[in-house]
Amino acid sequence: MEKLFMKGNEALAEGAIRAGCQLYFGYPITPSTEIIEYMAAHLSKRGGTFVQSESEVAAIYMVFGAAGSGQRVMTASSGLGISLMQEGLSYMAANELPAVLVDIMRTGPGLGGLGPTQGDYFQATKGGGHGDYHLIVLAPDSVQEMADLTATAFDLADGYRNPVMILADAVLGQMMEPVSFENIHVHTYEKPWATTGAKGRQRNLITSYNLQNETGEIKAIHLEHKYQAIQEQLQWAESYQTEDAEYLLVAYGTSARVCKGVVHALRATGVKVGLLRPIALWPFPTQVFQSYLDHVKGYLVVEMSAGQMIEDVRLAIQHQAPVSFYHRQGGMVPQQEEIVAQFNRVFLEGGHTS
Amino acid sequence: MRVLFEKTQALTDVPFHYCPGCTHGIVQRVIGEILEELQLLEKTVGVTGVGCGGFSEQYFNVDFQGSAHGRAPAVATGIKRAHPELIVFTYQGDGDMVSIGMAEAIHAAARGEKITAFLVNNSNYGMTGGQMAPTTLIGQKTSTSPYGRQSEESGYPVDLPALLCNLKGAAYVATVSVDTPANVLKAKRAVRLAFKAQIEGLGFSLVQFLSTCPTNWGLNPVDSIEWMQEHMFPEFQMGELKCPETFRR
Ligand SMILES: Cc1ncc(C[n+]2csc(CCOP(=O)(O)OP(=O)(O)O)c2C)c(N)n1
Ligand code: SF4
Repeated sequence: MEKLFMKGNEALAEGAIRAGCQLYFGYPITPSTEIIEYMAAHLSKRGGTFVQSESEVAAIYMVFGAAGSGQRVMTASSGLGISLMQEGLSYMAANELPAVLVDIMRTGPGLGGLGPTQGDYFQATKGGGHGDYHLIVLAPDSVQEMADLTATAFDLADGYRNPVMILADAVLGQMMEPVSFENIHVHTYEKPWATTGAKGRQRNLITSYNLQNETGEIKAIHLEHKYQAIQEQLQWAESYQTEDAEYLLVAYGTSARVCKGVVHALRATGVKVGLLRPIALWPFPTQVFQSYLDHVKGYLVVEMSAGQMIEDVRLAIQHQAPVSFYHRQGGMVPQQEEIVAQFNRVFLEGGHTS
Repeated sequence: MRVLFEKTQALTDVPFHYCPGCTHGIVQRVIGEILEELQLLEKTVGVTGVGCGGFSEQYFNVDFQGSAHGRAPAVATGIKRAHPELIVFTYQGDGDMVSIGMAEAIHAAARGEKITAFLVNNSNYGMTGGQMAPTTLIGQKTSTSPYGRQSEESGYPVDLPALLCNLKGAAYVATVSVDTPANVLKAKRAVRLAFKAQIEGLGFSLVQFLSTCPTNWGLNPVDSIEWMQEHMFPEFQMGELKCPETFRR
């Protein structure tokens, strides 16, 4: 299998093109900029269309228009840019428009910094914009997954008619690893609802305008049922050395990579510990947790935030075992020894659990 | 029986909801008649912003996307780039296009985006009950300029077409009205040429319609037309502001 040595952001962009992304609209922002630059260099040469928009607000509405016209389309940004897109994302979810959006997180709140962080988890998984809606959110933990999950994101978007977000951090965006694109193919979906000119058919109308409460409720119930179906069908996590595990680490993205090292280090000292890595953050893999409930004695959640995913973990395990937390913030990455030390303190030395 | 007049195929049978004397309806009929005349009904996508004109998504008998307040030119960009063979137009109010959506409007023009924009300027925010817009005239009373718009507080009215003329990407720019049969004919010519500019791939085209809002102006339909003629016509530069040489008769 041919492997290329690429940056995460570039692999993501290449994966998108190979998955049939036809249009890219975006505005530059570190640490996602390699994506827009890669698209500028490659997309139009390979038959697609690239536009640098005047803002992230404009970018997401260009994505809206192209998605509504039935094409595979993508944008990428970081933190503040994603904040500017929230109104448009709400509109896209309301209109059930499929598109892929990438957040290479940067620290916040405010202008923040460029270091790795996972502070946008709430924004990504809990709505972010106004109204009752969900994005599907996928979290890669390697350069290979930056490409693979982006390709999957296009299929999920088209399949469920919903915007899908890739949520990654600056380490994943910037680091280089070997990557293969051989398993990425274009899958096409029928889009009879798209506005392509009403030739020989009834006109198509894409709108979320609704001044009648009765129809508003029907629409809301339709979306609710769709989200329930996604929750049932898309329970996606990696279980790493969990078969005999008495303790579980829970982490995604770069934190999960560090935690794999923690698993090895702790197992070397005889502790039966594994890692549960959510790959889909929304829907959260609650059902995967169920299978561990009766034999896991404690959980350690590791995040690069003040504690966001941990809320979903707590809901998933329903207070059946103690949940502890280790985190770094502001662009700092949790280190293996720190996590090992926290684990030992909490679970082996009988220390405090939160 | 000989048919003397028929409603254009470009409009659906949904009744207009517009207030009596509001010119939104006439503007939409003008645009619809040109769409039909140019045989564009099966290859056009319209985009609205939010405002009273937003309801036009129910009236135009073509594929349509309802976008957010001010964002129609960006949405139209996405559609046109996805399908360059389609004809794409936007329909926006003055609050929508000249206030919250100013950036998207100017940049679509600057990029020479091959879309056609229709701006319906009634010098206030109609839908939300008559607040001040960037187009509100000095001294004009609205619910957020209850003592009349003061330039010291709120600056001066914006004439967007006059601004956009300076951009190379703008191919055809005009301001018209639909207050008299003669002006309806001029408006139809402007709409026709605006679409022609798009069809020929010359760049961005914009037609501003000076329009009435009797409900929020507190005037009856006839007095509204007179108020518009007396106060708005002198403020906004009317006629063809920019026209490709080849279009001139
Ligand atoms: C982001 C956002 N802010 C505010 C509104 C509320 N709003 C709806 S229509 C409108 C003004 C419309 O005025 P205009 O564009 O002039 O159109 P008209 O109704 O006069 O035709 C406003 C402020 C909105 N829909 N979205
Ligand atoms: S509020 Fe004004 S713009 Fe809206 S329909 Fe009534 S008259 Fe027309």
